[in-house]
This record gives sequence, C-alpha cells and structure tokens, in this order.
Amino acid sequence: MTLAPALAPALELAPGDRPYLPRGVRVVDDRVRGGKVLLGPEKAVALDAIGDAILSRVDGKASFAEIIADLAAAYAAPEAQIAGDVQRFLVGLRARMFLAVQA
Amino acid sequence: MSIPPPIAMLAELTHRCPLACPYCSNPTELLGREAELDTATWVRVFGEAAAMGVLQLHLSGGEPASRSDIVDLMQGAHDAGLYTNLITSGIGLTPRRLDALEAAGMDHIQLSLQGTNADLADWIGGYKGGFDRKMQVAAEIRDRGIPLTLNAVMHRHNLDDLERTIDMAVELGARRLEVACVQFHGWAAGNRSQLLPTREQTEAAKRIVAEAEARLRGTLAFDFVPPDYYADYPKACMGGWGSAGLNVTPDGTVLPCHAAETIPHLSFQSVRDHALSEIWYNSDAFNAYRGTDWLPDTCQSCERKRIDFGGCRCQALAIAGDAGATDPVCSKSPDHDRVLDLLCAAAEPEAPMQWRQPARTPA
Repeated sequence: MTLAPALAPALELAPGDRPYLPRGVRVVDDRVRGGKVLLGPEKAVALDAIGDAILSRVDGKASFAEIIADLAAAYAAPEAQIAGDVQRFLVGLRARMFLAVQA
Repeated sequence: MSIPPPIAMLAELTHRCPLACPYCSNPTELLGREAELDTATWVRVFGEAAAMGVLQLHLSGGEPASRSDIVDLMQGAHDAGLYTNLITSGIGLTPRRLDALEAAGMDHIQLSLQGTNADLADWIGGYKGGFDRKMQVAAEIRDRGIPLTLNAVMHRHNLDDLERTIDMAVELGARRLEVACVQFHGWAAGNRSQLLPTREQTEAAKRIVAEAEARLRGTLAFDFVPPDYYADYPKACMGGWGSAGLNVTPDGTVLPCHAAETIPHLSFQSVRDHALSEIWYNSDAFNAYRGTDWLPDTCQSCERKRIDFGGCRCQALAIAGDAGATDPVCSKSPDHDRVLDLLCAAAEPEAPMQWRQPARTPA
C-alpha cells in the first residue's frame, strides 16, 4: 500500500509554462559586491553565473522548454541535465514566491 | 577580520504610532517628533546606504505613515536604487497616499496583524477601529497588486488563532506570512510574563506552521520566528552583530539592532555627525561583538559558534546581566536556569499588561 501523496502542490514547470518574475521581484547589478542579485520582499539572493544565466532568460515570453533549449545550446550541454538543474532552481524560487508561471 | 558591507537597513522614521502594542520593539524611552531627522537628512542617509552596499531598505517606525513626508522619503529611497519595504499598521494609508507611494516606487508592504478579529486586535493594539481600518487598507493593497507580507506578531493571547491567521493571509492576497513570536525587547520585556506563550502553544505553532507550509507551497511563503525561550539554542541575532544589517533610529542614531541601546557601556554614533560607512566599519559599538573573538568560553568551544555567534547580546544583558555572556536561552549557558525561572513565572503572571505610552511632549 502506498501512502497518499503529500498535500504539497507540485511546483514543477511543464514544458509550455512561461515563467516570470512577479511584481516586487527583480534582478539587479550589485554595484558594491559585483555580480547580480535577486531582490524580493525582504530578501536578497546573490546569483551565481548559472542562476544569472537562467533568470536572464525568464521574461514571461519564453517557455520552460525554450529556456532549456537555449541554455543547452549556449553551454553545449545535454538538455536532460540542464532541465533537471533549471527545474530545481525555478521550483525553489516558486516555493518562495519569487517566481510565477503562466501556462 | 574583514567586515562585509551591510545588506539591509531598517529606518525607524518615527516613534509616533496610533497603536500602543504592548510588545512594541521601540525603546521604552520614545523620541518625540522634534527629535526626528528631517527629509533631506534621511534621503542623504539612503544614498549613503546604497553606496556602501545596502540593497534592502525597510521604512518603519513607529508608524511610518505618521511622517507627513513619507512619500518624499519613499521617492528618495527609490531614487537611491534601494528595494523599498514599508512596514506599517496600515493606519494612515489612505487610498490617495497608497497611490502616491506606488508612484514613488514602493516595492513591497509589510502589514502588521495584531489579531484575527476586531475585539482581539483592537485590545492588543490599544486602538479602537484599528482592525476594521486595517482590513480596508489590506483590500486596497490587494486591489492594487502591491506585493504584501502579513506580519502576524504572536504571543499567548493570539497563538491559539494561528490557523485563522494563516487563512487570513491567503484571503488578503499576501504572498508571505511572518509568524513572528514576540521577542522580549523594548516594551515586550516589561510584559514578558503576560506575553510568553505556553510550551503547548509553542509546540502547536511549530506543527501548524509546518503543515500549512507544505499545504500552501506556491501560494504563501512562511517565515517563522518561534518563541526562543523554549529553544535549545539561541537565535543568531541579526545573523551576527554588525554583519548584515543596521538600524537608524528617528534621531539618526545608528544601531546594530533594535535593542542595542539597552547595552549601557556602548555609545552609538549618529548620522548627524558621521558618515554611515564610518559608523559601520569603524565605530566601537559595531566592532564590540563582531565575529567570534569576543565570545565567552562556553561559546568558544561550541561547534555552533559560527551558527549563532553566542546568540542575542541584548537578551544576554537582559537575563544574565552581561551583554558579553552566552545568550541564556542556550541550554549550554551557565545562566539557562534564569530562562526556566522566567517560564515558570509566566505560568501565573502577576504584573498587568502595560500598553505602550506615547513620548512625553516637551514642556
């Protein structure tokens, strides 16, 4: 017998989902420390090069599948591997309400 | 030791507030309007803060909307490039002012919640009609789509309403809920025996938050500040003294945290006399408890010393009588018995609740 799945809604993005940063969340240059930082309500998250590469493609127009394909081409990496990394990153942001999705 | 630049600044624009919450984090000696920095000085300080690396600005009080220049201050903060957060009870935020604050670049509102119904909330806030007004403001915020965090300050008298509090956060369209159990500084210190939750309430709160966090994932994010007297280890106050954030009080005094002025041997400098960066990097008060060199023996040998940095200095002073001691909340603290005594005393509080009193007006 399997237990009922956890009540937590799935936050994984479907291939056609178009992620975007909701109002009150943005990526800016960190003029003092260098690099990019994600600013949201009462939080600042320093982005590494990978996070920056992902979020620079998150514009509300590109689908999840298109973002993966673009990153795979840019970094000459297998799409399956990229998809896993990007999914984890975006689900993490979505759980903190730093990312929204339109179908 | 290399000192990192601060990430966040709390600007306590005023101590004035229509509410009188008995757990207010402002000091018990409140400053009056005549002591407050003027608009131009605040805007200069916002610029200095941004230039030294501050990213997040919390405009707070008291009630920041009690400042007649709140829109100009918001604009100044926005123009400095800061992420702006208005920490408010909602009282004084008319639709027109909300429009003006939005136009001035306000990024986010943190709205306080004293209770889930008018009777409880107005009793705690000491302000009749405050709850109804707050609900109107919350609707105005939601209709405008302004990102909202609900800050529910929890204690013995409202922790049993936690589930309803969580439902309200969803109904009000908040993206985030802070379940902030009262920290015993400022006015709360004198009301500790009235406000300390019971151990049962504390355990229930942890369970309820964990369940709701899982159920509402993707709808509502949680920040949970549990009542630390029941914890085994202390909270790392401000993530370590002088490491991430600073407070500027209404008269321009710069502090490492809300309550730091309770530590009598420290003297704090003002933005009226010194550059903000000079105070952050060079002042004795900011360097007093930075890093780990100053830690007492109990902490030096502890594997958690870089996790909690000995806990809260103000709590160490308030309970153990020594700001340089291990936070007595820690189960390893030689003064931990005093916390247990306080919990016992709170089981049958003798002192009545004291609401916040306004600043004395100058003669």
